[in-house]
Amino acid sequence: MTAGCDSFAESLKKSVLASLWFIFLTFPIMVIRVDTINKTIDWRWMNMAYIGIATFLLSFVWRWALTRKEIKKDESTRENISERLLNQVSANAYSKYGLLALFAAGAVVFPHLVGMYQTNIMISCLIYIVLGLGLNMVVGIAGLLHLGYVAFYAVGAYSYALLNMHYGIGFWTALPIGAVFGVVFAVLLGLPVLRLRGDYLAIVTLGFGEIVRLVLENWGDVTMGPSGISGIDRPGFFGVKFGVMDSITYAYYIMLALLIFTIFVINRLQNSRLGRALLALREDEIASQAMGIDRTKAKLLAFALGSCWAGLAGVVFAAKTTFINPASFTFWESAIVLSVVVIGGMGSIRGVIAGALILILMPEYLRAFSEFRMLVFGATMVLVMVFRPQGLIRAKRKIYTYVKREGATNE
Amino acid sequence: MEYFLELLFGGLTRGSIYALIALGYTMVYGIIELINFAHGEIYMIGAFTGLIVAGVLGALGFPGSAILVFAIVAAVIYSAAYGYTIEKIAYKPLRGAARLSPLISAIGMSIFLQNYVMLAQTSDFLPFPSLLPELGFVKHFNGIVGSSDFIIIVTTALVCIGLTLFIKYTKMGKAMRATAQNRKMALLVGINVDTVISATFVIGSSLAAVGGVLIASHIGQINYYIGFIAGLKAFTAAVLGGIGSIPGAMLGGLVLGLTEAYATGYVSSDYEDVFAFALLVLILIFRPSGIMGKEKIQKV
Repeated sequence: MTAGCDSFAESLKKSVLASLWFIFLTFPIMVIRVDTINKTIDWRWMNMAYIGIATFLLSFVWRWALTRKEIKKDESTRENISERLLNQVSANAYSKYGLLALFAAGAVVFPHLVGMYQTNIMISCLIYIVLGLGLNMVVGIAGLLHLGYVAFYAVGAYSYALLNMHYGIGFWTALPIGAVFGVVFAVLLGLPVLRLRGDYLAIVTLGFGEIVRLVLENWGDVTMGPSGISGIDRPGFFGVKFGVMDSITYAYYIMLALLIFTIFVINRLQNSRLGRALLALREDEIASQAMGIDRTKAKLLAFALGSCWAGLAGVVFAAKTTFINPASFTFWESAIVLSVVVIGGMGSIRGVIAGALILILMPEYLRAFSEFRMLVFGATMVLVMVFRPQGLIRAKRKIYTYVKREGATNE
Repeated sequence: MEYFLELLFGGLTRGSIYALIALGYTMVYGIIELINFAHGEIYMIGAFTGLIVAGVLGALGFPGSAILVFAIVAAVIYSAAYGYTIEKIAYKPLRGAARLSPLISAIGMSIFLQNYVMLAQTSDFLPFPSLLPELGFVKHFNGIVGSSDFIIIVTTALVCIGLTLFIKYTKMGKAMRATAQNRKMALLVGINVDTVISATFVIGSSLAAVGGVLIASHIGQINYYIGFIAGLKAFTAAVLGGIGSIPGAMLGGLVLGLTEAYATGYVSSDYEDVFAFALLVLILIFRPSGIMGKEKIQKV
């Protein structure tokens, strides 16, 4: 039953039915608001009209998109316009490095062109890119659905905050410590649970994330409970003290350097022995085990590496905001990072960067719609999975070609 | 001893609700091997529908018992409708996709539904009127068990018996079991698998709605977030009992409820939710197939 073959009348009928169905579905929640104490009812009939019109129009789009997906099924390897453009650019060395240089120059001068507010937003965006790249290691490359990623981010942030509060340890010392703590926690969790299959693993990591948050909230003697830790030192620079504005610029550069380092490492890792082993495991666990890949070791490494970046990002986050509390590390934070990875394109570095830029910056600049942010996130996750499971920018496998060298005797 | 008994009934009440929600997880998982992450949200929508119906009827001056009946019926209808629609939108187009895809889609759906209710209603806690009637004979138990505890436990038991009979003897129940066994085979012998999957979602969602109204009335307040934790715990219960097994879900719910009640009663009430998640992690590590689940052999 392809909707494309339907007559217009048929299609119209379907849309009207869909519209009526959704009016029915959303009626109590959207239209009525009750106050059971004062016994008042607030009727919002306009919402009903909005829903009706919106679903009527959207159902056409939905069916059109489904039909298109049906048709394109056999050509799923075909690139779309943005990908083709990207590939054309990167195929040519001049345009590729030119564009990269342009980006780099833009990133370097960015804090001097715009105000403190914009720089701050960009820092959080950079943090999300690093988080996304770390999670990408676990979800995108190794195919392990990790829903408690933010727990390791919290571990990094809290290890810096606590070390700073109790022992006066500075940012640069705490940075590697945060990463190590992230890895240690990941190994502690990963060792027992990594043999679980996809969905179970997702739930366990989710449960673990919640446990970490609840402990942070309730272990008041150590973590200061829900009120959090404030007055965390900003990063220092060989004893030089910065003003607020300069220290934000400084934090921006730290984050930028960290991002470049992350991209470098993950890029190398993807094409390494481990990276290829993980890709193989993601595609077919049993076959790759039969090929001699140590499943537990490879998965644990991916898990630990991903968490290492979460720890690093956590330390920077704590230093940047100078205040942390458990409310910053809820499941929603994990969900946001996951949607950055999924919507950007699982397994693709460029995709994760694009995903973070879109998902984190857009709501910041569309302040008026910021309360719809999570709503849009949720809907986008569903839509991307249904219509474009590979994300905005598809991960590109490295293609190994055999180049015949001159004078080679061995074919 | 009295405290012990109090905790026992408190645990049974919690456990009954977990069991009601866990049935939905287990049934869906049994049929299409998908963790319906949005199931907790369906429970939450059931509770909200109940609240809205109770609010409207209360303002119109209906008597309490009529309100309870209407609230439950409306909650069941709406939750079932949501369950059905979610399956059509978020899961059906993904049949045959990679394993991770429907799971992410389910998480997206869950986030969407929570925020939809939050934006359309409010993010504050809303007071829920106590709809459950006071039973006279419960007074003889010296406050060890309240009326609402009693009603919840009995209702859950009845619903579970009804569901077991349905699965065992009706045509649809048999079709469900066949589909859970082997979907391709079921298709071959003429079972409409799509209808069976829809029916599974509808039944599971209805049970969650009953649980939603009962627990909301018992606790007295709801907000858009209640589905998340409840869903997670119900999932724990389903895993505990062995996901895919219906008696397992009931048993798992009760075990989880009792564990929580005793742990909070005797150890510490601060870490209420931690106990459930810790239990989940332990179960998954040591017996991933659950109490009543069968060890599954991986096919190549």
